[in-house]
Amino acid sequence: MSEDTAPAQNRSVRRRRRRGGIRTAIAIFLLAIMLFPVYWMLNISLQSTGGTLATSFLPVHPSLDGYRTAIHDQGRNLVTSLTIAVGTVVLTLLIATPAAYALAQFRFRWINWALLAILISQMIPGIVIANGLYSLYESIGLLDSIPGLIIANATAGVPFGILIMRSFMLGIPPSLVEAARVDGAGLLRAFLSIVVPISRNSLITVGLFAFIFAWGDFVYALTLTTKGDIVPVTLGIYTYLGAHISDWSAVMGTAMLASIPAIVLLVLAQRYISAGVNSGAVK
Amino acid sequence: MSDANMLTDASQAASNVSDPKPVPRKGGRRREEVFKVLFVVPAALAIVALFGYPVVKNLTMSFQEYTLRTFFTGKAPWIGLQNYVTVVTDDVFSKALVNTALFTIGSIIGQFVLGMLLALFFHQNFPLNGVLRALFLLPWLIPLIVGSAAWRSLLEQDSGIINITLENLGIINSPIPWLTSPDVALISIILVNIWLGVPFNLTLLYSGLQDIPEELYEAGALDGATGWKAFWNITWPNLRAVVSVVLMLGVIYTLKVLDIIIGLTQGGPANATQTIATQSYQRSFVEFKFGQGAALSNILILISLVFAIVYLRATRRQVDE
Repeated sequence: MSEDTAPAQNRSVRRRRRRGGIRTAIAIFLLAIMLFPVYWMLNISLQSTGGTLATSFLPVHPSLDGYRTAIHDQGRNLVTSLTIAVGTVVLTLLIATPAAYALAQFRFRWINWALLAILISQMIPGIVIANGLYSLYESIGLLDSIPGLIIANATAGVPFGILIMRSFMLGIPPSLVEAARVDGAGLLRAFLSIVVPISRNSLITVGLFAFIFAWGDFVYALTLTTKGDIVPVTLGIYTYLGAHISDWSAVMGTAMLASIPAIVLLVLAQRYISAGVNSGAVK
Repeated sequence: MSDANMLTDASQAASNVSDPKPVPRKGGRRREEVFKVLFVVPAALAIVALFGYPVVKNLTMSFQEYTLRTFFTGKAPWIGLQNYVTVVTDDVFSKALVNTALFTIGSIIGQFVLGMLLALFFHQNFPLNGVLRALFLLPWLIPLIVGSAAWRSLLEQDSGIINITLENLGIINSPIPWLTSPDVALISIILVNIWLGVPFNLTLLYSGLQDIPEELYEAGALDGATGWKAFWNITWPNLRAVVSVVLMLGVIYTLKVLDIIIGLTQGGPANATQTIATQSYQRSFVEFKFGQGAALSNILILISLVFAIVYLRATRRQVDE
């Protein structure tokens, strides 16, 4: 700062740039440690070694046998998981979007109580919900069914979705909707044609998270199915892990396939993911 | 960006409307109020059915002899506090209680310290900061059971890469039975849970750090507060609200962890990793003694409730805004 000469400035710019480079290198190193288990999963999935684990750090002789077995054993389960996850996204958005709008824009007296109930509901352990839903499902025939798992999975998405979308919808000027109403649109039409398109980004964020929650669900898959005809892939992996593991590459192949949604979302939809995590109301 | 434009255009259009049509006929207002309530009805039903009902059901079941037989006979006799007495006097209960405490405290300390260090590190300027930070989220986005599977392979006693590396480096002489020894298993599941929790802590603490105004550091630097001094005098006090939210949420979420433990050890070996949550699962869904499982999960709720109250008091201001 004392010297305003050009060479000194250049030197400090260069020093800053070098420091930035070192920090990036450290960050990449830390990330490598953090993601090592995921890398190891990929590595093992590509080496067919049966019941003992491969120990080579690179799949020198890569083989897709693990994935072949995985798709043969668990292909149907991946489709089951996909069906459940998509169903959960639809159900979550159908329930949470109108509620978020109402809690953001309508002047109900009991809004703070409703928000309190939503916050508390997020803290209820999954095992409590599973315990209670099991007997309910048993009596109304929802055990071992895809709709049953979709409904149970919505427990994670609905409160989260209401909170995220509400905080976005608080920012919509009421005059927008009023203008449409003046032009003769009903409340529902104004909601669908104005509020929903404007809030598109928060809907996408909530939809993505509802998908991730449902896709990764294990507790409801484990407790609300009994017969083994509906097997989400998480439960399939657990069955693989349960007994003596005879084919590690198939286990890790399935695990990799089950990680695809997370990886795709992280690459393609990063900004929505950060928006969701930063809102803080996440599992 | 296009959304913002839409907002301003449309609100201008709204204010340009010169003669609004008169409010609809009589009764329209009341119908409108009813219609507004309809917006929240699905969510209210969902919350009552999916949270309210299970909580109440757990409460009533815990006072009943509710077993698999109940589903055939329809009979669940009331037995007072018998379920609570049975589960609390069981030898495993005190073990599970201690394990729950150790698991929660160990996980939270590890996650928080690592998350904080990483957040401070990423709170500096360097190329690729955003991308690298986002990639840290991956362990948290993959299904928990996938994370468990990955760690099962890493911690495998004979051919797991961790033991092999430690042996090659000469740090250990014989392989450590990470998941199969009662002395080590709890430590192993805590380590795995720390790995899973770091992304959450990093992200929330990082955004907390970003919210501290830069001017505070500039002013502090003039007074000689840099490095550690700046952290203790500027960063920490300003981050306190975020820290309390992160810690409370962390505790509430860690208390109810089930997937990871079941995926890694199923509560074993010799109950070494049994927690209140896994015990509740065990009673309800392995032994089909739903009444006893419910009693345990109510104890779990009670413990969470203490922390939930603290959390709600900390966040009430945020909700009210």
